[in-house]
Amino acid sequence: MKYIEEFQDPELARRLLDDIHATVTRPWALMEVCGGQTHTIIRHGIDQLLPDQVELIHGPGCPVCVTPLEVIDKALEIASRPDVIFCSFGDMLRVPGTGRDLFQVRSEGGDVRVVYSPLDALKIARQNPGKEVVFFGIGFETTAPPNAMTVHQARKLGIRNFSLLVSHVRVPPAIEAIMQSPSCRVQGFLAAGHVCSVMGMGEYPGLAARHRVPIVVTGFEPLDILEGVRHAVRQLERGEHTVDNAYARAVRPEGNPAAIAMLEDVFEVTDRAWRGIGVIPDSGWRLSERYREHDAEHRFSVTDITTREPAECRSGEVLQGLIKPNQCEAFGTTCTPRNPLGATMVSSEGACAAYYLYRRLDLTPVRATDPIARTAPLEASPVV
Amino acid sequence: MSETTTLDVTGWTCPAPLRDRPRVVMGHGGGGALSAELVQHLFAPAFGGEVLAQMGDAAAVTLGGARLAFSTDSYVVRPLFFPGGDIGDLAVNGTVNDLAMAGARAAYLSCGFILEEGVEMSVVARVARSMGAAARAAGVEIATGDTKVVETGHGDGIYVNTAGIGLIPDGVDLRAQRVVPGDVVIVSGEIGLHGVAIMSVREGLEFGVDIESDCAALGGLVEAMLAVTSDLHVLRDPTRGGVAAALNEIAAASGTGVVLQEGKVPIPDPVANACAILGLDPLYVANEGKLVAFVPREHADAVLDAMRAHPLGRRAAVIGEAVESHPGLVVARTGLGGTRVVDLPLGEQLPRIC
Repeated sequence: MKYIEEFQDPELARRLLDDIHATVTRPWALMEVCGGQTHTIIRHGIDQLLPDQVELIHGPGCPVCVTPLEVIDKALEIASRPDVIFCSFGDMLRVPGTGRDLFQVRSEGGDVRVVYSPLDALKIARQNPGKEVVFFGIGFETTAPPNAMTVHQARKLGIRNFSLLVSHVRVPPAIEAIMQSPSCRVQGFLAAGHVCSVMGMGEYPGLAARHRVPIVVTGFEPLDILEGVRHAVRQLERGEHTVDNAYARAVRPEGNPAAIAMLEDVFEVTDRAWRGIGVIPDSGWRLSERYREHDAEHRFSVTDITTREPAECRSGEVLQGLIKPNQCEAFGTTCTPRNPLGATMVSSEGACAAYYLYRRLDLTPVRATDPIARTAPLEASPVV
Repeated sequence: MSETTTLDVTGWTCPAPLRDRPRVVMGHGGGGALSAELVQHLFAPAFGGEVLAQMGDAAAVTLGGARLAFSTDSYVVRPLFFPGGDIGDLAVNGTVNDLAMAGARAAYLSCGFILEEGVEMSVVARVARSMGAAARAAGVEIATGDTKVVETGHGDGIYVNTAGIGLIPDGVDLRAQRVVPGDVVIVSGEIGLHGVAIMSVREGLEFGVDIESDCAALGGLVEAMLAVTSDLHVLRDPTRGGVAAALNEIAAASGTGVVLQEGKVPIPDPVANACAILGLDPLYVANEGKLVAFVPREHADAVLDAMRAHPLGRRAAVIGEAVESHPGLVVARTGLGGTRVVDLPLGEQLPRIC
């Protein structure tokens, strides 16, 4: 089984790095959209090996980080109910809501279970007809289709005690919002390869043309990242702004039609709040009317949620690429993985956690006097 | 797409802190930072005592002129039977290994069973037979025991606690505090097998190949190492929390830094692939038949040769060294040439969402 080594080969990496070094003539700022890419970059020290002129800005593509506090609090409330079995992917359990997390709910007697597939949650629902089984449906275009399929299955099989707490988000509207921000420094994007493997590349040419930014569909292993950077830098140096596929082994231009069909059947596009960022129009999915009985928010009246966020956390700016994690005053001091202020420090894909875990030895916290550390406030928008 | 929002960074904030946990969470037993905090801030102050303060896998005590290693461990593994072992041989080998990490050959074990009402007697018998066989293989006698039964729903079938004592040979003094810059770090073989084997059966995950736990008693391997030199500095079996936790504990206790050569760590392909699929780091995955040794540089080659000559050390490898810089921290040099901190895990590793 050689799926990994060949994409981490040091010799091939060196050649790609040499090529990037030879190509770059001036500074460029690239955003890797996905938290998985951030993780690879920091874990393998790729940012240390790139030319100084190539700055990698970490984007909002961590599903754990961007799930709004309000939804987490709804999850905590639902999971606390005695008649509920609450199922979730593992990394959501540690994300703090207002004052507690799902681990804590479990320690207080809540039936919170880690599953590896939403279908496992459906199985639990069949095995526990006297309980309400809720699956925490978060994530991007990658996790949305299997979650959609699970709801589809539940309806088809008449499993009425299964519902989905939905907080799915879509990448292209987030890119649009980032590019529209006056503080934006991003000149090119490494698009998330797994998102494109589902959705295809059709959503990107318009974005690339409208904002004159190259968008390179990029994978997740070290060589994938370097290849993506190379494509983006080449385009920038030539003054081009097209969509490249540097992840052709996984991404077809049309994506996965079956997955897209499933999404269209079960979900409908909606405005969605991104934690730390605010509401981005059309950036999410919710269950469509036909599947409303499987919508946990509809089934459980989780109202009167009062969220409370610490003022010193700047993860919203980190998620937008406006500051680096160590440019937050709380980084490594009042905010660590042990005592996280924000989801970007909790999630294993979060940029703050990646910086703290892998890079804190050579990082000096940068204070607010840094010119980038306090970007000019933008016009008002709803913040959730 | 409808009209695009403009974003107001001034209001961007995020979640509330979880400074203190009022209740025990699973991470408190994960062998990482939460476990260490529980011991350091709750148990140790309550118990006091100089011996406990050593914080080794086993306590080194002197009794009637004899230097003894003394250790206890509880086993709550699920499922009870897994590829490469079961809760029985795990309970014997785990405590034997804790004693071996103090340089001692285990002599006697105790065994405490907590059985759940309703568990089949044939399952208990199978576990007992497995414990007996493991004890005989390790050259240790199960000398005393205890049995309790809890009501249905109050246990996972069978929990086992074992404690053990063994004699520490003269001249052997294995403590993290003895580690000095320049020591060579050796791992006895391929890592991550136990944790991935358990995950594969517990979660019903299939990785395309059979992965068996490395569960084994390490007393013989340690004896082979000590036959080369009694001047080993510290041994640690990287169980929960994996190699990363073991190295961090040693770095913290010794006040030295550790540099790990990531590419030198033996990681079997199936483990690497399973971890890649789940978003886990093999350095943090549990082992039950491996050890990490800090060895004075002048003895490193001879110790490595002795390990490789032993069946449980064939794939032994030098994976790093102790250094003066960054005291208390473990830093990995990545395969591509970058560096990263290898931190103490917080609690249990959590599979990533995507």
